[in-house]
Amino acid sequence: MELTRRNAIFLGAGAVVASGLPAFASTATDDAIAAFTGGAEVGAGDLSLTAPEIAENGNTVPIEVASATAVEIMVLAAGNPTPSVATFKFGSLAASRNASTRIRLAGTQDVVAIARLEDGSFVRASSTVKVTIGGCGG
Amino acid sequence: MASGVKPRVKVPKKAAAGDVITIKTLISHKMESGQRKDKEGNVIPRSIINRFTCDFNGENVVDVMLEPAISTNPFFEFEAKVPEAGEFQFTWYDDDGSVYEANKSIAIG
Repeated sequence: MELTRRNAIFLGAGAVVASGLPAFASTATDDAIAAFTGGAEVGAGDLSLTAPEIAENGNTVPIEVASATAVEIMVLAAGNPTPSVATFKFGSLAASRNASTRIRLAGTQDVVAIARLEDGSFVRASSTVKVTIGGCGG
Repeated sequence: MASGVKPRVKVPKKAAAGDVITIKTLISHKMESGQRKDKEGNVIPRSIINRFTCDFNGENVVDVMLEPAISTNPFFEFEAKVPEAGEFQFTWYDDDGSVYEANKSIAIG
């Protein structure tokens, strides 16, 4: 194929589309956050997310969320095919607002937790996990 | 119903009234995410547990919505307050409509 002026423009357009793909993935995360918060502002504060810095196996990555006043905590994996991971709701007999579980991560990415506090505000915490072997099969 | 589903729960046998106890739960379930493909390239349909709840004498402790990103054999650890003697009810809801249950009673002493 000759590199004409027209072909060069097409190539450029293709590159823009390709680089737009990661942005699309983070949009799904933003949508999930917006659906959870109802568009309210998300600050930082009373929420901690504990995850390993490096996970050898993306199939089981132990994580822990903790907060003193959270009513509900949503966990998202921004780089997974579907970002939602789990939503914890704490009832009247929950002694602390801590919970741990094991999750799947498709690759190295940010794990995000969003909590709704008793006063109705939202806070966010995130942690980057390096994954050696992804956990979504192939 | 997914085969070989077996819930396992760890709750102390005794506690003082008002005590905080740690509960660990594990249920054997393959948690098929719906992202994997078999040898022929067909997508293996999603089959997961989508909800887990823990109640004590009818009062809620935690209620978790699970998504396909939860690992095989879902594990949870959390803390509960024990105001009186009674029974913990653990319930897992499968995508196919089956419900798995486990109960553990706790004494005050």
